[in-house]
Amino acid sequence: MAFRDDMRRVRAIVWKDLTTERRSKAGFNAVASLGVTILVLFGFALGPDAQALRDAAAGALWLAVLFAGVLAFNRSYQVELDGGALEALLLYPGSRWAIFAGKVLANLIFVTAMLVIVVAVGLVLFQVTVPEDWGKIIGIMMLGVIGLVLLGTFYAAMSSRSRAREVLLPLLLYPMLIPVLLASMEATKAFLRGDLMNQAGAWAQMLGAFDVIFLVATFLAFEYVIEV
Amino acid sequence: MTNDRSTFAPPTAGWWPLFGWVSFLTFVFTQVYAVLTSPADRMMGHMQKMMYVHVPAAWVTFFAFGIVLLASVAFLWTEDERQDLLAASAAEIGAVFCALTLILGMFWGRPTWGVWWSWDARLTSTLVLFLIFVGYLALRSFVEDPQRRGQWSAAVGILGAINVPIVWMSVKWWRTLHQLQSDPRSLEPVYLRGLLLNFLAFTLLTVFFIRRRYEAARYERAAEHASQAAALGGYNG
Repeated sequence: MAFRDDMRRVRAIVWKDLTTERRSKAGFNAVASLGVTILVLFGFALGPDAQALRDAAAGALWLAVLFAGVLAFNRSYQVELDGGALEALLLYPGSRWAIFAGKVLANLIFVTAMLVIVVAVGLVLFQVTVPEDWGKIIGIMMLGVIGLVLLGTFYAAMSSRSRAREVLLPLLLYPMLIPVLLASMEATKAFLRGDLMNQAGAWAQMLGAFDVIFLVATFLAFEYVIEV
Repeated sequence: MTNDRSTFAPPTAGWWPLFGWVSFLTFVFTQVYAVLTSPADRMMGHMQKMMYVHVPAAWVTFFAFGIVLLASVAFLWTEDERQDLLAASAAEIGAVFCALTLILGMFWGRPTWGVWWSWDARLTSTLVLFLIFVGYLALRSFVEDPQRRGQWSAAVGILGAINVPIVWMSVKWWRTLHQLQSDPRSLEPVYLRGLLLNFLAFTLLTVFFIRRRYEAARYERAAEHASQAAALGGYNG
C-alpha cells in the first residue's frame, strides 16, 4: 500500500513540474535554443568540410545536450526554492525517493524533448545520413539520457542549494558523466557508420550497466542529500 | 546531531610527531637507497628513477581515496563528525598526490614516449580521479553548514569512488597504449626492492600528512564551535 501511495506521489510531482514548465515554456524554449546554438558553434569550430562534420556529429550532439541539459537540472530545484516550496515538499508524508523519482522523470521528459529538437537540427546541420537501424540509435540515446538525468538531478539537489551553483554543478557532474558520454558517443558514432566492427553492442551494455549502478546509488544516497 | 563535546575538543598530538620524523627519515633513506642501488635502465637510462616517486605517489593516491570512501560511509553510518573531517583531510592529501602523479608522469612520458600526454586508460582515469577530487573539495568550500557539508560531500565521495572503476573500464575500451603495469615478475629484483621500500615510505608519509591535516581540521571546527557558542553567550569551557 505504501508503495502505491509513493507511486501516486511520484506521478503528482511529475505532473506538477511539467505543468509549471508547460504554462511558462520559458525554461524549455531557452534550454532548447541553447542546445541548438551550441550545435551551430560546433559547426563553426569543425566546419565547413562535410566529411569532418559528419565524423564529429555524434560527439557534438552529445556535448550540446550535456551543456544545455545542465541548466535544466538546477532549474528544476530553483523553481522550488524560489517559491519556498522545497520545505513544504519535504514536509508532506511519504518516502524521500518519491521526490527524487518525480524529479528524475520530469527531467527525463524535459531533456528528451530537448534531445528531439537538437537531434533534428543536428541531422541537418551536420549533414548526417540516417542509417538503417535508427531504432537502435534512439535506444542508445535514451540510455545515455537516463544516465545524464539521474546524475544531473542528484547533483543538482546539492548544487542548487549551495553558493556558486552555476559552477558547482558542472564541476561535480561532468567528471562523473565521462563514462556515459564516452559510451553514448562511441555507440552513436558506430551506428552512424553502420557498426561494421560490432562495437556498439558492447557500449550499449556498458551504458545499461552504468544506468543500473547509478540508479541504485542515487536513490540510496538521495535521502542523505535532500534531508539537510 | 549526535556530536558530543569530544568532537570539538582539540586533538592530542601523542606519538604523532615521532611518527612524522620516522616516516620522513624512512622516506629519505628509501629514496637514497633506491637511487643508489638501481643501475641505469637499458631503454630509459636514469629516467627510470622517476619510478620511485611516480609509482608510489599513484599508490598513495588510491590509498587516500580509499580512506575518503571508508570515512564517508562511516560518517553517514555513525554521524560522527570526526569521520567527515578525516574524509576531507584524506581528499586534500589525495588530490595533491594525484596531481604529483600526473605531473611526474608527464615529465617521464615526454622523453620516453615523446609526448607529454596520451589518452590511454591509466592516464585518463587518473586525470578524471583528480577532477572528482577537485569537485569534492569545491563542494566543501561552497557549503557552510557542517551537517550539510558532511552529508553532501560523503555522498559525492562515495559516488565518485563508485565511478572510478567505471571510468577506468570505459577509457580502457576507448583506447589503450600505456606500457603494461610493472608487476613483480616483469621487474628486475634490483628495481623491485627500491620500489617496495618507497611504497612503504610513501604510505607512512601519507598517513602522517592526513593526520596533520585532520588535526588542523579539528582545530578549525573547535574554533568555529567556540566562536558560535561565545556568540550565543553560553560557552563555559
